[in-house]
Order: sequence, then structure tokens, then C-alpha cells
Amino acid sequence: MAKVLVVTSGKGGVGKTTSTAALGAALARSGQNVVVVDFDVGLRNLDLVMGAERRVVFDLINVVQGDARLAQALIRDKRCETLSILPASQTRDKDALTSEGVAKVIDELREKFDWIICDSPAGIERGAQLAMYHADAAVIVTNPEVSSVRDSDRIIGLLDSKTARAERGEKIDKHLLLTRYDPARAARKEMLSVEDVLEILSIPLVGIVPESEDVLKASNIGSPVTLASPDSLPARAYQEAARRLTGEELEVSVPIEKRGLFEWLFKRRGA
Amino acid sequence: MSHPQPSSQQTETAPALRIRARGRSFLALVLSPEAPLTDWLNGLDHQIARSGSLFSGKPIILDLDLLAEDTPDLDGFQSALVARGLRIVGIEGGDRSWPAVAQWDWPAPLDGGKAAGPVELPDASVDSAPHQASPPLPGKTLIVDETVRSGQRIQNLEGDVVILGSVSSGAEIVSAGSIHVYGALRGRAIAGITEHSGARIFAQKMEAELLAIDGFYTTADELEASSFGNAAQALLINDQITLRAL
Repeated sequence: MAKVLVVTSGKGGVGKTTSTAALGAALARSGQNVVVVDFDVGLRNLDLVMGAERRVVFDLINVVQGDARLAQALIRDKRCETLSILPASQTRDKDALTSEGVAKVIDELREKFDWIICDSPAGIERGAQLAMYHADAAVIVTNPEVSSVRDSDRIIGLLDSKTARAERGEKIDKHLLLTRYDPARAARKEMLSVEDVLEILSIPLVGIVPESEDVLKASNIGSPVTLASPDSLPARAYQEAARRLTGEELEVSVPIEKRGLFEWLFKRRGA
Repeated sequence: MSHPQPSSQQTETAPALRIRARGRSFLALVLSPEAPLTDWLNGLDHQIARSGSLFSGKPIILDLDLLAEDTPDLDGFQSALVARGLRIVGIEGGDRSWPAVAQWDWPAPLDGGKAAGPVELPDASVDSAPHQASPPLPGKTLIVDETVRSGQRIQNLEGDVVILGSVSSGAEIVSAGSIHVYGALRGRAIAGITEHSGARIFAQKMEAELLAIDGFYTTADELEASSFGNAAQALLINDQITLRAL
């Protein structure tokens, strides 16, 4: 049965699009039929991160408004054939999304795919609420800093009240994905610890993605990090997170700083 | 507590009527004026203005121990107090033989009083309501089973609010009665909005951004650091939100 997953956050710049691409690719590599949908109408980033920007002809808005068929707008990934992308429009604004249109598209996608992963715009406005409305599960992307955590808390409240499932009195599965985690800075108490974040948000942790150059590199070459460098630490974190999303029970390991203090001091002085 | 004289008609055969007596104690305020008396009276006026009805109708005992025979303005002092509505039931200290107080109206001395310690004079214009054993508020208790998230607002205008989860920073709980939080209270808690000054705010982990009871509020900055992060209750004492460990 198809599962609709929304990747969301309150604050921008926490890594939603990167995480959508990485999780989508990881799930697709395990043989499941996956589509990633860019709901960030007006900005359109997911196609870039997926390396599909030159192949965009029709987009989500065209499908929602009935100007194109879904099959015309879906772009199949070149590296992984079970992975598709439905891009957002950059020329239209977010008011072009209608709730009826979105419902129709999601229903159609449910027939074709195992996973529909919606990359939500940041914030709490209509675009974000449309992205989350049909979700069965949510990944809340949070950085270990207070403003990100508080905004995530707000989003969790919306997920519990403003989704189709909540309106039917059902619960939506919520998963916390902690991104841009820097073990060295966490050890120096320059960012919130994993425990602090979990204590405040009190939803299950699906993964901790360490801050890494690999993520940036992958973004810039237009490939999800789980495809670009599958053996890197962040890619492994995303792969494990994807397995947890499919119901596997794996313990989440907290990345720790391996370098010793002296080495760190030495390196700082050299820099 | 009158003492009726037995009627002379009462015959020796009829049993004497048993009269009833009950005790009632009042707390008399003891005022100890200091020289110079005009300044002290100014201070008194100020206090009366701030504490409204605290002095009206209350028995006052004047303690003259701090004054001397030749204190200026002493002769008109009593009438100055009476003019302010104070009811002087006793005068202690000093001496009736002082010429300045010869014209005073000296009430009969009272005895048997027990010292009750200093009485805290309230600082706001509203009278502080009794704190202990405030009557429970009728109405329904609202029970919330989960965590109240940032941006959410829970409101019960009839009774108490019970939160089984935490209250996140940026969330707001409004209650006519008390607020009970079994997790961490990090948001705003506004209790006793229907002028229910006996309302309290309880939290397993007190980290509130703002606490308010019956319109009096305090922010996280002003909370005592010792209670912060621990199980605590907030209650109103002399119109001040006070935190106490649970």
C-alpha cells in the first residue's frame, strides 16, 4: 500500500530538500517504487538536488491545473529506475496550488508508487499545510539549535491537527531527523545535544545526519548523497533512516567526535 | 457577649438560665510610630492608599515606646489617626502623665494579647485574597492527554486544566482555575483568569516563560533560579507569584 511521507520543518535551510532526495534515493535503491514531489512552488530546488533540472517540461502546477497528465510531468531518475521526481513550478506562485488539485494528484500517485515523498516548503503557511495534508507519516527535519527546535515543535502541533488523518481522529506517524549534527560542537556544548532535542520534541528519532562536506558536494553535483557517495557517514545515516521508515528496528547511534582534544587544538593553531 | 443581670424576679426554685459564650479573636495591628510624626503620618497615608481596606475596621493598638515625652506634634497625633479612620482600641508604652497626651482619649487597657509577629502590609491597591483553602472552582476540568506544542493554545474558562504531556515553549495554557502539568512547563501558563486568586500552577518541571495567576504575572527572568527546572508550584502570596518546590 502506498505511503505518503511529508518531509517538513518550521525553519528554512535545515536540509529538507537534501533529506527528501537522500531518503527517496535510499528507499528506491532498496527496490521500492518512489516518487519525490516538490511542493515548494515558486522556489523549486528538488530537481536541482536530484540533477533533473534540465529535464523539467511539465510540473506539479501543470498537473494540478489539468494542463498536463501526470505521466508527462514525472521524471524518472537516470541512476535509479524506481525513483521518480515530480518537480515544482518556478514561474507560478504558491497560490496556484489548490487543495482539490493536490488531492487528485496524490490519489493518482498512490496508484503508481509505494512511497510518495513530499518536500514541503518551510513554515506554517498554506503551501506547507497542503504538503502535509495527505500525509500518512512525517519526517520533521531539525537542526540542533533552539530556533529550529521550536519551529519544529510548532509543525508537530500542526501535523496533529491540520492533516486529513488528524481530522479523521487518527494519528500521523512522526519521525525526527536531526541534520547538520556536529559531534565536535555538540561536545563543546555549542549546539543542543541529541537528548535536549528529543526531550523537547518527544517524538521518535529516525536518524542523526552528521554535518559533512559530502552532503554539500552531492547537492552541487545534482545527486542525492545516498547515490553520490553511498559509503559516506551522512549517506549511511540516511540509509538507516530509510530502513527505519519501512519499519525495521535499528538503534540510532549518535555520532561522536573521534579526534582527540590535542589534535583539535593543534589543527586550530595550524589553521 | 453581654452579661445580662439576673432578674430579681427569678425565684430560687427556677434554675438559673445558662447563658452562652463564644470566643472570637481578632488580630489587632500594633502600630509603633516614630518621630518625626509628620513623616510617619505621610508614610501611613501612603500605605493606606496602597492597601485600601487593610486598616478600615481593624482594631489598632498604638505603641508609643519609640516616642518621647517631648516629641513634636504628639498632642494632635491621636486625632490625626482617628481622622484617617483608624480605630484605636488600646495604647501601650508612653505615659498618661505626659502633658502632650493629657487630652488624649485613653481606652481601657487590654490584656491577654499574644504577639503575632509582624504583619506584612500589602503593596498593591487590590486587597490580597486569602491564600489558604480557597474554594474549589465549580466547572469541568479539561484534561489534555498529550504535549501542547509551540503555537497551540489550550483554554478552559470553567475549571482546571490538566496536561499529561509537556507544554512547549511558545504554547499557552489559559485556565479559570489551576493548571497542572505532568511534564515540563516551558510555555506560558495563565491561571485563575476569572479572578480566582487561589488558583495555582503545578509543573513536574518548571521552566515557564510566563506565569500568571489572577492577572498578576511573572516572567522566566524573575523566577527563582532554585526552582527552575524542578518540580514546583506557583501561587499568589500578597499579589506576588511565588514559586515553591513540590
